[in-house]
Amino acid sequence: MIEIVETGPFNTVQDLGRQGYRDIGVSASGAMDPLAVRIGNLLVGNDEGAAAIEVQTFPFGLRFDRRTIFAVTGADGAPALDGVELLSWCAYTAEAGQVLELRHPPSLARAYVSVGGGLDVPAVMGSRSTSLRGGFGGNAGRPLVKGDRIALGDSADIVAVPASGLAVVEPVVALRDVFPDFVDGTLPVRALPGGEHALFPDDGDAFWSQTWKISSRSDRTGYRLSGEPIKPTTSIEMRSHGVVPGVIQVPPGGEPIVQMSDANTAGGYPKIAGVIECDLWRLGQARIGSRIRFVRSTHAEARAVEQAVARYVEDVRNTSAMVKRALRAMA
Amino acid sequence: MIAILNSHGPLREIVPATRSLARVSSIGARAFLLEAPGEFDLAAQRRIWALSQTVRGWTDISEIVPGMTNLLAIFRETPEDPESVVARLLEAWDDARSIDLVGKTIEVPVHYGGEHAIDLPALCDLAGLGDREVVRIHHEATYRVFALGSAPGFGYLHGLDPRIYMPRKTVPSLKMAKGCVTIGGMQTGVAMLTGPNGWNSIGFAELQMFDPMSSTPAMMAPGDTVRFVPAWIEL
Repeated sequence: MIEIVETGPFNTVQDLGRQGYRDIGVSASGAMDPLAVRIGNLLVGNDEGAAAIEVQTFPFGLRFDRRTIFAVTGADGAPALDGVELLSWCAYTAEAGQVLELRHPPSLARAYVSVGGGLDVPAVMGSRSTSLRGGFGGNAGRPLVKGDRIALGDSADIVAVPASGLAVVEPVVALRDVFPDFVDGTLPVRALPGGEHALFPDDGDAFWSQTWKISSRSDRTGYRLSGEPIKPTTSIEMRSHGVVPGVIQVPPGGEPIVQMSDANTAGGYPKIAGVIECDLWRLGQARIGSRIRFVRSTHAEARAVEQAVARYVEDVRNTSAMVKRALRAMA
Repeated sequence: MIAILNSHGPLREIVPATRSLARVSSIGARAFLLEAPGEFDLAAQRRIWALSQTVRGWTDISEIVPGMTNLLAIFRETPEDPESVVARLLEAWDDARSIDLVGKTIEVPVHYGGEHAIDLPALCDLAGLGDREVVRIHHEATYRVFALGSAPGFGYLHGLDPRIYMPRKTVPSLKMAKGCVTIGGMQTGVAMLTGPNGWNSIGFAELQMFDPMSSTPAMMAPGDTVRFVPAWIEL
C-alpha cells in the first residue's frame, strides 16, 4: 500500500493506455511519456505496462507502508526519500514508513513513480489508466487526492536492488543520436503532412516555419498552440473520422491543436500534420509556455527512430534482468 | 548511430479525392485514414463496414476506427513501405462489397421538450415547423448506427429527415447534460457525457447506454437500428 501525502491537481494513475476500444468511442489515455513508464517498470522488475503514477503538478509526496522497490522516471530533477536526494531513472528500495517527495522539475513536465508489483487498481477495458473524461479507470476514475491509499501488486523482486540503487542511462542521453536536441530553447517535433495539408498555402510553410508556443489552455487531452494563425485556402466540411494522439488539427481560429494522450477518438477539423508516434513522449514532457517547431519527417525516419527506441528498451530489459540475477546469486 | 534522414524529402503523393476514388492520408506514421468518395449515405457506410471486417483481420493492424464513410487503420509499427499500405487499403476498398450488419433494435424512451430541449425553439424557426411537428418527424424515423466515437458509447445515427436538419453550433453549449437527445447536421444521437457539445438538444433520454465494467461496455454497435419512443412530450 502507498498513501498520497501531498499532491496538486490532475495527478493520475496511468499505464500504456487503453488500446482497442476507440471503435466504441473510448480514448486510449495512458502516460503522456510512455517511454518513462516502460523504463520505470523494467527497473523495478514489472512488466513494462504496469500502472504508475503520473505527476504533472508538484510538489507530490507518498508514503510507503511496506518495503517497496520504486523508481522515478520522466521529468528532470531529483526526488527525495525522507529528505535524502536520489537519482531519477534509478531503482531504490524504500522501507515501511518512508516518504518519497517530488519537487517541481527544472525544465520538463511530467514525472512517473513506478513501484514493484505495480499499482493494483482494477483494470477497466484492459487498462489501469485513468479516463478523466469518462470517469473510470485508475483510482476510481479521478485524479489523486491527499489521503488516497493505493494497493500494490505482488513483487518478487524486492531483494534484488543494491542499496546504492540500480540506474539506467536515460533516453534523452542514450538516444541522443535519434532525438534532435533543442535549438535555441525550441523543441523540434517531427511530423508528417496530414490529410488536409494541401489546403494550406505555400506547402504549409506558415505552419512548418514558425515557432509555436504551448498555450495555457493545454492539458492531457491536447495542446493548443499559440502563434500566427494559419488558414486553409478553402474551408471544407469534413465527416467525423477516427484520430490518434499526435494529430495536428486546425480549427477555424487558425491556431493548431495537437491531440495528446486523452485525445478524443473522433475529429473533423482539417489535419495539417501528424506528429510521429515516437516523438510524442518528448511533446508529453514539454511544458505549458515552452516553444516547439515542427520538422517535416518521413515514414522511413519514423521507422528508424522507432527501431532505435525498441533496441534501447530491449537493452534496459536485458541488462536490468541480468544485474538482478547476479545480485540474487550473491545474496 | 541512426542517421537522421532527409526531412525535406519528397512528399508521398496524396491520392486525390474524386467522385470515384477513395482517398488515403496518414496521421503520424502508423495510422492511415481511408475516406470513401461520394455521398454520406447508407450504401457508402455498408462498404465501410465490409472494409472494416477485412482490415481488422490483417496481422499488422493494432486497431481500427470506423468513422462516417471512412476508416482509420492503426498499424502496430511504422510500415516499411507506406506506399504498399496505401495500395493495400485502396484495393481492399475496391473489393469491399456492401454488407448489411445484422444489428439489434434499440428503443430509446425520450422526454421531448422540457428543460433539456434548449435548442428546440431554434430548430422550429429554422425548419419553419411547429414543435409538435418537429418532435413527430424525429420519433417517427428509423435510424441506423453508422459508427461509434467522440465519447464512450456514443453512436452517430443516420436517417434524420432533412426537414429537421440543423447545423452544428459554431459556439458549443458549455455544459450540455448527458442524456440530451441531439441533432448535429444530418445526424442525431444521445449525449453520453455532460460537457461541451455543439449539437442541438431537443429532448432527454434516461437510458444508460455505456457501462465501463461490462464485457460489452457500449449498448450500441454499428448496424444497430434505433427508434426514439416518446415517453413524454412537454411543449
